[in-house]
Amino acid sequence: MNWFDSWALTLAVFIPLVGMAVVLFIPRDEETALKTTALVATAASLAVGIAILFRFDYDKSGLQMVVDKPWIDVIHSRYHVGIDGISLPLLLMTMVVTVGCVVYSWNHFPHPHNPKAFLALTLLLETGMLGTFVAQDLILFFIFFEVVLLPMYFMIAVWGGPRREYASLKFFLFTLFGSALMLLSFLALYWKLGTFDIVALTELGGGELVRSTQMLIFAGMFVGFAIKVPMFPFHTWLPDAHTEAPTVGSVLLAAVLLKLGTYGFVRIALPVLPDAAREWAPWIGLLAVIGIIYGALGCLAQHDMKRLIAFSSVAHMGFVMLGIATLTTFGINAAIFGMVAHGLITGMLFFVAGSIQERYETREMSRLGGLLTQAPRLGWIFGFLCMASLGLPGLAGFWGEFPAILSSYNPAAGVSEVTFRAYMVVAAIGTVLAAGYLLWMLQRVAFGTVKDEFKDLHVHDVHVPEWIAWIPLILLIVALGIYPNLIFRVTDGSVGHVLRAFGG
Amino acid sequence: MNPHIDFHALAPEIVLAATLVVVLVADLLLPDRERWQTSRLATIGVLAAFVPVITLAVDGADRSMFGGAYVVDNYALAFKGFFILVAYVVLLMSVDYISEGDYYQGEFYFVLLTSVLGMSVMGSARDLVSIFIALETITMPTFVLAGWRKHDTKSNEAAIKYLIIGVLSSALMLYGMSLVYGMSGSTLLTDIGAFVAKGGTPPLMIVAMFLTIAGFAFKVSAVPFHFWVPDTYEGAPTPVTAFLSVASKAGGFAALVSIVFVGFYPDKGAWQPTLWVLAAASMTLGNLTALRQTNIVRMLAYSSIAQGGFILVPLAVAGESASAANSAREAVIIYLLIYGAMNLGAFAVVMALARRTRSGEISSYAGLMQYSPGLALVMSAFMFSLAGVPPLAGWFAKFVMFRAVIDAATPAAVTLGVIAAVNSVIAFFYYVGVVRQMWLQPAPEGTEDRPVRIPMALSSALAITTVVVVVVGVYPQVFAKIGELARLGG
Repeated sequence: MNWFDSWALTLAVFIPLVGMAVVLFIPRDEETALKTTALVATAASLAVGIAILFRFDYDKSGLQMVVDKPWIDVIHSRYHVGIDGISLPLLLMTMVVTVGCVVYSWNHFPHPHNPKAFLALTLLLETGMLGTFVAQDLILFFIFFEVVLLPMYFMIAVWGGPRREYASLKFFLFTLFGSALMLLSFLALYWKLGTFDIVALTELGGGELVRSTQMLIFAGMFVGFAIKVPMFPFHTWLPDAHTEAPTVGSVLLAAVLLKLGTYGFVRIALPVLPDAAREWAPWIGLLAVIGIIYGALGCLAQHDMKRLIAFSSVAHMGFVMLGIATLTTFGINAAIFGMVAHGLITGMLFFVAGSIQERYETREMSRLGGLLTQAPRLGWIFGFLCMASLGLPGLAGFWGEFPAILSSYNPAAGVSEVTFRAYMVVAAIGTVLAAGYLLWMLQRVAFGTVKDEFKDLHVHDVHVPEWIAWIPLILLIVALGIYPNLIFRVTDGSVGHVLRAFGG
Repeated sequence: MNPHIDFHALAPEIVLAATLVVVLVADLLLPDRERWQTSRLATIGVLAAFVPVITLAVDGADRSMFGGAYVVDNYALAFKGFFILVAYVVLLMSVDYISEGDYYQGEFYFVLLTSVLGMSVMGSARDLVSIFIALETITMPTFVLAGWRKHDTKSNEAAIKYLIIGVLSSALMLYGMSLVYGMSGSTLLTDIGAFVAKGGTPPLMIVAMFLTIAGFAFKVSAVPFHFWVPDTYEGAPTPVTAFLSVASKAGGFAALVSIVFVGFYPDKGAWQPTLWVLAAASMTLGNLTALRQTNIVRMLAYSSIAQGGFILVPLAVAGESASAANSAREAVIIYLLIYGAMNLGAFAVVMALARRTRSGEISSYAGLMQYSPGLALVMSAFMFSLAGVPPLAGWFAKFVMFRAVIDAATPAAVTLGVIAAVNSVIAFFYYVGVVRQMWLQPAPEGTEDRPVRIPMALSSALAITTVVVVVVGVYPQVFAKIGELARLGG
């Protein structure tokens, strides 16, 4: 194994952190230097990511590029990082989206400006997000999971909308509560099974644990991850946080942060406690389909674009969780595809919503209209994204939703078939509702005539930084839609490996 | 026959004692303009005292003197090193404060160093008499320090309150100690431990243990012996407050741990309930009262009461098993080290900002992010660390505390763990309250739009504490190792 294979992940994770340190030492007025540094750091991280893509052995199902060094000896916690087919797509998506965010921010720093602090927080956030996807030790995972919390809190609290204080505190408290329970579960695992190592815990598959203990530990992790996803009924922080967050904050929140929760289920909760997962699966599935329907109905009641997209996230993450709840490799492959697809599509939707707000200074759909006549390119991109989001075949959204629904026809052994087939029907109805609210939003914002108050407004069509930030994401949405095997081929082996306890 | 004296083992104390004499004499001889030199002498002396601590640690052998009343083992060295470094940071914080205030510079350093000397002795004391003498050497100078701002009535009030309650608690403790001696027939902790281990502890012994622990409860400002804390912290000069809240408190804990682990340990039923109640009450009352504070120093005072409660948690469950005792000892030491860094840091920021705003109100932190982003960032780090948010050092302190609770695993321990968990969430509100002021509120009208100027010494103090809080948060092994090594000799 050469030098690169062992340190690539560490490099990818910590380059943004180094970038943040450099940013902190550049005076506040040197805006170009600040922006360039942030761009270089995120791009360098992406470059390492692309190199990883080439070095990755797609025929191996276990972890690769592993580093396993002592970290906190007294509690036997190690710096153990590694990557497999489950982490790889999410890692790359995070890198692409973050570069996009830095480019998008180029001339768009929200009030109160201060690019230095904003970029420093973005870079810190990236380190946290990337680290969570590669950590193979529960304590390391927990630390990275928490590193994400602070920058996002500040992003919402400082650069957010009018109700930013309320939204940011709500976001923080929900997440903190979840992570406290999660940490307790991790400690209980350590106490009972003697290790924090995710790989070792997966080998044990619950070990000698009594069933009632397994159920309790799983419940703790469930709440921690479910808040982050967010699943009904823990979702109430999401619409507020999304609505108040600045554009880049919303994008990162939707594209990456929500995935940390679902990723936690796939990486930790299911493989480590398979028996408890089987017991809880019907309940997780139930909450998932409630989320699908509730999110869709919530969308139909919104008049703020961002709030609508936020509720659509609740619904979309419901599909992802339904796929996970089936406990089948098919369902979980679909879930991972769904995570990437939702990250790209909803991330883009928030970009566009932010751009629309910037131009019209409102997100009220009743005041908007006729975007296609005033800014045709922006309007077409918006239309394209609505189509992708509602699951049009040929675009990425389809491959997240459709297989997830299909997989619930045949859940894993030991999970009630009848229950999941009922869920399947409900989820299918959810796709119809999704088409409903997305087309409704498209119609109100892009079609029709321009309202009188904006008749004379000069609306600039898509800017250069916007093009640069968006084109890669749009291309990915198309490419993954046409050739979904780009992801399925990567994830399939690893999903089977990680979930071998469920018998494939 | 003369008692055996190991000069190497006593070297830290000898250096400290020599330094304070030099400081006193220098203050006498130096002309007024040159008085500030005393601070330099004190700093050099403190750093010099750190050298023998290192050589002793490298040497590694446990040294025992005066029939076992004075022991230099890793436990003692961990505390000595901690106290000396805390003293160094407090000196850095004091230099400009004291010279600008024209507050009798030489005497200040003399009195401060005397207290540090007491702390250094405390780490080694394993006998009721030497513990008591060390404790009084720590406390007496702090009575004087609390009243240092002679012309300020608040400072006078601080000193008087502190003195009266301090003397009262010393009396309680002495009474308890005399009863312990009366029954066990020895002041040596190991002998007391042997006496307790024989079983059949007389009821009076339980009273004696209770009184002794109550005396220490004052030192570590545990509820209900905390009434002096808010007023004394607010009235005392800020560097002294930082010193009281970290070093003086840790001195109390050093003694409490050796008395409990070496002396009282075998009869857990006699001392665990007292500590349990102290821990639960300190956490809960400290946090709930801190929520309502509008003055930053008073808020930090109540927060330090609550943090003291968190440190008592592992002690209160230490008697359940050998593994619980081990992780409890580690937890107390690690928690103290981390608490020391973050609390000193927080007080350093308070001092830095007070130079500009001349105010102690939390509302005076509004908009700090706009005009002094560096200071705001550092303060946010200390606040989040105190709240226990990773990846700042505080999380590891809380982590080892919960580990001790889980190792004990009795219903009482788990209940205490739940109380601690709820309190961690409550504490979060008031720490983040400060952060919200700094980041979210606009700066008041007429604030100069330039960073707060921080003197060199104070910024070094800030730099040291920040580095510790960040590095230990990311790589806790640094402190975990110290906790692991610091085993208690007999």
